[in-house]
Amino acid sequence: MLRSRRISQITVYFFLLIGAAFCLLPLFWLIRSSLMTSIQIFEMPPKWIPAPFQFQNYVEALTSIDFFRFFRNTLTITISCLAGALISSSLGAYSYARLSWPGRNIFFSLLLASMMLPSAVTLIPTFIGWRLVDLINTYFPLIMPVWFGSAFDIFLLRQFYSSIPKDLDEAAYVDGAGPWTIFYRIIIPLSKPALIVIGLFSFMNSWNDFMGPLVYLNEESKFTMALGLQMFQSLHSAQWHLLMAASTFVIMPVIIVFFIGQRYFIEGITLTGMKG
Amino acid sequence: MNTPKFIGLDNYTRLFDGTDQYFYNSLAVTFKYVILRVPLGLIFSFIVAFLLNMEFIRGKSIFRTIFYLPVIVPAVASSMIWIWLFSPDLGLFNSFLEALNLPTLNWLYSEETVVPSIVLMSLWGMGSTIIIFLAGLQGVPRSLYEAAIVDGAGAMRKFLHITIPMMTPIIFFNLIMGSIGAFQVFTEALIMTQGGPNNASLFYNYYIYREAFLFGEMGHASAIAWILFMIILIVTAIFFRTSKSWVFYESEV
Repeated sequence: MLRSRRISQITVYFFLLIGAAFCLLPLFWLIRSSLMTSIQIFEMPPKWIPAPFQFQNYVEALTSIDFFRFFRNTLTITISCLAGALISSSLGAYSYARLSWPGRNIFFSLLLASMMLPSAVTLIPTFIGWRLVDLINTYFPLIMPVWFGSAFDIFLLRQFYSSIPKDLDEAAYVDGAGPWTIFYRIIIPLSKPALIVIGLFSFMNSWNDFMGPLVYLNEESKFTMALGLQMFQSLHSAQWHLLMAASTFVIMPVIIVFFIGQRYFIEGITLTGMKG
Repeated sequence: MNTPKFIGLDNYTRLFDGTDQYFYNSLAVTFKYVILRVPLGLIFSFIVAFLLNMEFIRGKSIFRTIFYLPVIVPAVASSMIWIWLFSPDLGLFNSFLEALNLPTLNWLYSEETVVPSIVLMSLWGMGSTIIIFLAGLQGVPRSLYEAAIVDGAGAMRKFLHITIPMMTPIIFFNLIMGSIGAFQVFTEALIMTQGGPNNASLFYNYYIYREAFLFGEMGHASAIAWILFMIILIVTAIFFRTSKSWVFYESEV
């Protein structure tokens, strides 16, 4: 009895380890390939560990096109979006959760309905709109929409705010506080975990966004890392060692942010069921 | 691009009467992808979450982190990694197949294997689904299992008669979200295959992008996009309809 339980436990671990290997192997292969010489990478059968470690690949990849500029561009967009997501969505959510105004419920239904539209449907009219105001090839189309609030973030925060007891607001109102004071003295401090989740997902979304920059930016000096990587691929298609070094450089910032904010990520996904 | 001119329903008739030769092709390719990816993704994620939820497993949070890690990799970068893994001459996968004395595959470069290859790649990024399943499994009340043990139920019966029914709302949620996501696959097609070979991976979103931004056919592309919206709406509606017969909500008992 004990023995058969042992065997079944080992089997479960075995399958989990296979799954984990499936998740880690591509990342290992990426880093391993990024550190090999172009000759070593073509050896058959493939070697697992590079010898010697060719750190030169990173220098070569990052200087062949201006990845540091792409890094700065991506950072500019990401931070502007992050600020927008936090400020606009929390204000909007506060309004839906706590203030009463005519038509609030209708607007809230409209907001929810707007989440149903696939981005492919809105992409073309939005693009034509930005072209009419002559803002193609600027960061406005990538940043401004976030400053008008994201439906999903507003929805999530509203649910969170609704769980904060109303007594707190009422006590503050009695003490003469206005809605603004209540917002930043009571609601914001109590919803920090939710705001962190939204901040992290906003960071990931704009850092990893590809369709947006692809459609709106057409001048190389304005490219983001994701676009830069695609351009790099077209320039160095068969130079796998350089391509892998460049890809590693693009992935590293998100991996670092992920490990710092890990706990909140897992909570966030469980909370929202959202795709990262 | 030209100034817009009102042409009534022309953009739609051009799609349905076959003047645009790619429309039905793109629909077929996309449905093939969705039909492969959604069930495989659900089964794979459910199995991983179920194993991970077993009581004796140590290092749960490490496993969880590992399974989630691929999700945060930018799609452009993961596409780069997977083109490299799929490379017919030098890729890791073909080296494995060779080492096992199996015939090698052309992966992304053959019409038969391109969609399954991209499905395989999508299984790599199932971390969110796994974590949602795991959270659901942790929420199944232990008292139910204990009662079943008292009644003499074995592992299989507990799984079939407690775990699965209690998880149906979450399976349903992941089914809906997974299908909506799968219909909108894009970056993989753009980076890895450009819709090829011979349009065998002309996924719907890439088709829209190609018509609008590479061919400058904004009106035509908008018509194609609206049809995607209708399809997603209909598929979701069908799922909701059928859900009454298989999704079990505790609050309704």
